Amino acid sequence: MATASLATAQPSFFREKILLGMTAPQYLRSLLTPWNLVAAVILAVGIPILVIRFAVGLGATTNLTQTAPWGVWIGFDMMTGIVLAAGGFTIGATVQLFGLKEYHAIERPAILTAFLGYLMAVFGLLADLGRPWNIIQAIFNYGTASALFEVAWCVMLYTTVLLLEFTVPLLEWLGWTRAHGVMKKALLALTVLSVVFSTMHQSALGSLFLLAPTKLHPLWYTPYIFIFFFISAIIAGICMVVVESSISHRIFASQVKGHAADVDALTIGLGRAGALVMFAYFFLKLQGVIDGHAWGYLATGYGAWFLVEILGFVLLPSLLFAAGARNGNVRMVRVAGVIGVLGIVLNRLNVSMIAFNWNQPVRYVPSWMEIWVSVTLVTLGVLVFRWIVNRMPILRADPRFSEGH
Amino acid sequence: MSIGRRGFLKIAAVGAGAAGASAASAAAGAHPVDGPGVLVDTTRCVGCRACEAACAESNRLPPPPESDAVFDERRDVAPDVFTVVNRTEKAPGVQRFAKKQCMHCLAPGCASACPVRAMDKKPEGPVVYDPSRCMGCRYCMLACPFDIPKYEYSSNAPRVRKCSFCAERQKNGLKPACTEVCPSGALTFGRRSALLEEAKTRIYTNPGKYLHHVYGEHEAGGTSWLYITDVDLERLAFRTDAPQKPLPELVAGALGAPPFVMTLWPPLLMGLYAFSRRREEVAATEPHGAHGHDAGAAKEDDHGHR
Repeated sequence: MATASLATAQPSFFREKILLGMTAPQYLRSLLTPWNLVAAVILAVGIPILVIRFAVGLGATTNLTQTAPWGVWIGFDMMTGIVLAAGGFTIGATVQLFGLKEYHAIERPAILTAFLGYLMAVFGLLADLGRPWNIIQAIFNYGTASALFEVAWCVMLYTTVLLLEFTVPLLEWLGWTRAHGVMKKALLALTVLSVVFSTMHQSALGSLFLLAPTKLHPLWYTPYIFIFFFISAIIAGICMVVVESSISHRIFASQVKGHAADVDALTIGLGRAGALVMFAYFFLKLQGVIDGHAWGYLATGYGAWFLVEILGFVLLPSLLFAAGARNGNVRMVRVAGVIGVLGIVLNRLNVSMIAFNWNQPVRYVPSWMEIWVSVTLVTLGVLVFRWIVNRMPILRADPRFSEGH
Repeated sequence: MSIGRRGFLKIAAVGAGAAGASAASAAAGAHPVDGPGVLVDTTRCVGCRACEAACAESNRLPPPPESDAVFDERRDVAPDVFTVVNRTEKAPGVQRFAKKQCMHCLAPGCASACPVRAMDKKPEGPVVYDPSRCMGCRYCMLACPFDIPKYEYSSNAPRVRKCSFCAERQKNGLKPACTEVCPSGALTFGRRSALLEEAKTRIYTNPGKYLHHVYGEHEAGGTSWLYITDVDLERLAFRTDAPQKPLPELVAGALGAPPFVMTLWPPLLMGLYAFSRRREEVAATEPHGAHGHDAGAAKEDDHGHR
């Protein structure tokens, strides 16, 4: 709406801001790339699946059963999507609160990733909810004894905070100086709120499983699961920023000319932080096993799987982070970041699906349609991210607004 | 340790105002003083399945299959089946039956899980479901240690389905439909406390007849439905691994955290911010001082030039 009204005011706005200075035919031709074709195929199948889901029901599209009420749309879209979007509050706090201003260069992409991650998670949730139109009930009925109530409110509020944080580059793009000044001043308060809400819902996502002591495998079930979820959210935030800043600075290299060296230095710093937090997390996971008297399970198949998770995807990347940071080996830090992200994904899938209902005869295996919808949502997120990064001052500073961060 | 923490939590809850409500309501777990209950004596059940038929009729569900061939396999409750009777062989030729339905926990995990209170524990005792509030998250199914709530996956306006303990009938002074038709005395409806005494009396006055366990006395912190048997209930399709304490207690500690976070995080974070601001100011006024902040200050200067 805002863009439309502006377009009439300045005839060139649409062409400059939306079509990147090209004419409509030129712009459309520029979209004909192999990756866009892949994305188009994914969407062309994924969107009809969503239509079927809403027209016919969950039974027609998912493999959910009476003993497996939560599948990929919760286990991946929600559990994993939210935790991987933790970079927003981690880096936001680093820059705004802890005063490490040099990380400003990666603050905006981290916040944008977080915002889009939360939006996609909420879309996934709407697909998963049996009666999504009743989601509004969460505002009027206070099920305060439920960890899900805490999650619902915090996700709702934090997504709003992320939207408001995102308005800073958005307003720069639109050139609305006064509103931009206001939002920029609000950024500090918004960052405090983002840490508060994130602490609560990242941990509450773990608290959800406290009600299922007989269903979640003892190696993963612990009364401290909510603390594990919070700490691993910080890990996810750090690892995602390492991975995502290296990817976007490669893909959007034309926008960040001359900044590559800085990103390397920042990556090393993130590696140092990642090593510390992951090392602590590794020992907390061991403490969870001790506290739950679950040693005996380590000798079973699930035990081996648990060891894969904490040795291969927590301890190993932690050591790689440490070695990479110590030797100034950026590549090693990036590899550790990738392993770290995979480890967090593995942990969330383990808790919500693989080690869940471990003692039941019938196991849940997602249908291809469930997986396709999840892939569709990720694709949508990437497309929107690219659309915004190509237009708004996310990776580079807008020269008109560059003085002072 | 947990007592100390909870005491501390209460203090924090007072400070946190409204936020404290979450911790308090989680800990309270509203027990009815002495609600209604049913005692199931599986040694008396003859497997006539009159309860199944009465349940289906009363809840306007499809009638259960006529043939006793249904006993050949284990059955479970389903979206349109609120109660089922299963069979097992105690000894060759000696059969035992048990009726399964919602246990109506005193502090139900499902109701505590529900973020919108669509699943709710009535003060009178029954755990009932209101589809008009439900958003379909299915957390109640995950939270039930007995795997009772079932979902209408094939519908596009799906509901959670389970036994309501005939809450409407009870309100009108009637017994639950199943207990009214039981011809063998296997189901006894009454006050839970009286039924618990009756259950123990039967166990003690018939030495060797029953297992020394009232299923439902402590399972999930206590349930309205109580079972006494002479075979392992696991063989009659019951989950016997339910925790021996109220499920909401498992989450109470974690739900005590928000008041802390909401009261302690903002001042702490603002303190850190003030600290980093101060450090910057000091670095700006004496950029070449002998302090260890040199490197940081230099970096920031460098950054400023870009």
